[in-house]
Amino acid sequence: MIQPIDAVSAVLAIPFVAAIVLAVLPGYKLTSRLNVLASALTFAAALQLLGDRPEPDAYLLIDDLNVVFIVLNTLVAFTTSWFSATYIAHELESGRLTPAYLRFYHAMYQVLMFSMNLALIANNIGLMWVAIEVATLTTVLMVGIYRTHQAIEAAWKYFILGSVGIALALFGTILVYMAARPAVGEGADGMVWTVLMANAHAFDPALLNVAFIFLLLGYGTKVGLAPLHAWLPDAHAEGPTPISAVLSGLLLNVALYAVLRFKLLLAANEQAIAPGPLMMLLGLLSLIFASFMLYRRRDIKRLFAYSSIEHMGIITFAFGMGGPLANFAGLLHMTMHSLTKSAIFFAVGHISQIKGTQKIADISGLTETHPVLGWGLVLGVVAIAGMPPLGIFMSEFLLVTSTFAREPVLAILLVFGLLLGFGALMLRVSGVAFGEPKGSTAPADASYVPMFVHLAIVAVAGVYLPAPVVAWFQNVAKLLG
Amino acid sequence: MYGLNFDVAHFLAGSLVLVSLLQLYQVRLYALVNVFAAHAAILALSVGWQAFIQNAPHLYVTAFIALVFKAVIIPVALHRIIKQLGLQRGVETAVGVGLTMLAGIALVALSMVVMLRVTETADPLAREDLAFALSVLLIGLLMMVSRRNAVSQVIGFMSLENGLILAATGAKGMPLVVEISVAFSVLIAFIVIGIFLFRIRERFDTVDVQALDRFRGDQS
Repeated sequence: MIQPIDAVSAVLAIPFVAAIVLAVLPGYKLTSRLNVLASALTFAAALQLLGDRPEPDAYLLIDDLNVVFIVLNTLVAFTTSWFSATYIAHELESGRLTPAYLRFYHAMYQVLMFSMNLALIANNIGLMWVAIEVATLTTVLMVGIYRTHQAIEAAWKYFILGSVGIALALFGTILVYMAARPAVGEGADGMVWTVLMANAHAFDPALLNVAFIFLLLGYGTKVGLAPLHAWLPDAHAEGPTPISAVLSGLLLNVALYAVLRFKLLLAANEQAIAPGPLMMLLGLLSLIFASFMLYRRRDIKRLFAYSSIEHMGIITFAFGMGGPLANFAGLLHMTMHSLTKSAIFFAVGHISQIKGTQKIADISGLTETHPVLGWGLVLGVVAIAGMPPLGIFMSEFLLVTSTFAREPVLAILLVFGLLLGFGALMLRVSGVAFGEPKGSTAPADASYVPMFVHLAIVAVAGVYLPAPVVAWFQNVAKLLG
Repeated sequence: MYGLNFDVAHFLAGSLVLVSLLQLYQVRLYALVNVFAAHAAILALSVGWQAFIQNAPHLYVTAFIALVFKAVIIPVALHRIIKQLGLQRGVETAVGVGLTMLAGIALVALSMVVMLRVTETADPLAREDLAFALSVLLIGLLMMVSRRNAVSQVIGFMSLENGLILAATGAKGMPLVVEISVAFSVLIAFIVIGIFLFRIRERFDTVDVQALDRFRGDQS
């Protein structure tokens, strides 16, 4: 690497520098454009990682697994910043945010991107922990940015539960170090991924088991797995909608990535417990619980927050079951969910701005008054509910068939949860999209491109996956064991 | 049995658990803050002793941070906040004090059983340290769920972090990166908490988290 700046540093440096610049520059038009620009550049840098991959050093690591996450992360971050630019302009007009807060908002957005990318790239379990903690704290501040009663309550709840999760995860991290110490030796090596993975077979299995329980509960809180999900619906509903999109589409994935890494570590030690069944249990529990909860939602953002819990449950279940097919389904589902859920939040963000409310009962007949937004939302919900032939149907189908082959009883529960969620979403969206129009019919000043780009990818993925992508995902699925 | 080094470390870590239990039955906010200051001071001593016996000078930094930041600055700041905001001086408990104490004792027993069983091969000092650290951590969690005031929840969170630092220093040779980051994140965490306390004050007349529950949007 004789280049002045390689792609890995760029993925970290661009958001970092952008955060500082955006914190000092005035004027929301300029800063929101710069925000988009910085996110686009980060995405471009992430794409380069696909091709040239530097050797891992003591702190940073790029391998097949995290490249998937990084590319997805930067892509959604880029489209969300695009959506955010129009969304924020409206918030400024309606006076919900002041210019000073906007400056803070944009800086925080980039800090969040920086910390998420760092968590994904880190080759050191301590560094990864720090990055996830920073990401948590930034989102706490973003959720509370409107400073209404509800927003503060949501942020406080998120902060308390998130900190507890983070604390448990740190304890787990310390235990991993303790388990590794006899094999790896003292000092910095005891926290480096590549070293840990190479020596995992010699670790103390009992300590490793306890460590994994703490890590699963700790990072699982951030994934939003039931019964540790209580922060998630409030945080999604009360913060600005771009943040809901980033939370659902990205931050949950980053936490899941941490769990996956430690699962690999346990799998490399033959005497340790199999981590899979625990993850399957939590995954199924989240899926079924969230599907039931979907029926009782009255707030549209909360509805989709519960849907995120449901889908994170499905993904955790898939990775917990393991094997090439289920892992492939899990990866595909994660990608599709990120894209679809953020597209839905883009639509919901504009809709709730036009209607001035998030109450499901006060929104209806969208396809008549705002055809583009309304049909976009319908398409998104149809996709997220798992209707064929869209992308999420593909991954759910793969998962269900591989579960039937291996665990028929669990497959029945899985299908039950999926159908339950499907019914709830269809019921709710039909009320919102069709029927007698209610509320304001003011024309939408929306940016449709991000939403339809996401939905187009999801729709195409349902019928045709390019061969290189399939090979890539298969390779990662094999890696995940 | 293992010599003076072990005895002193054991004594200090044990005291930390004891002070954690003390926190559980404080019913006045000022007293609670003072007990937390004692908690942090004992942590500083314990970390200092670990630095001495492990011959790891960088741990003195951690000890120093614990002493200055957690045992002095934060308690003083909390005293100020309580006075300036005119908070209620009592600690509102969600569960009775007696029951919380019993639960606390049960948690200590639980962490002993769990940690001592799985760490049979580790060296005795780290073993005991981990068991104590887990007790402190769990008691901190218990405090966060059994108290209603935001201030006492924050104190619960900080004593939980103290338990984490005890565990991190007990793990011999754990890289410096982590200690600094732990201290650093506590700092960030506290700034966040501070902002929140003031924001909450701006909107409500109480820092009581229960009051916030009334504003929940989605009553289901």
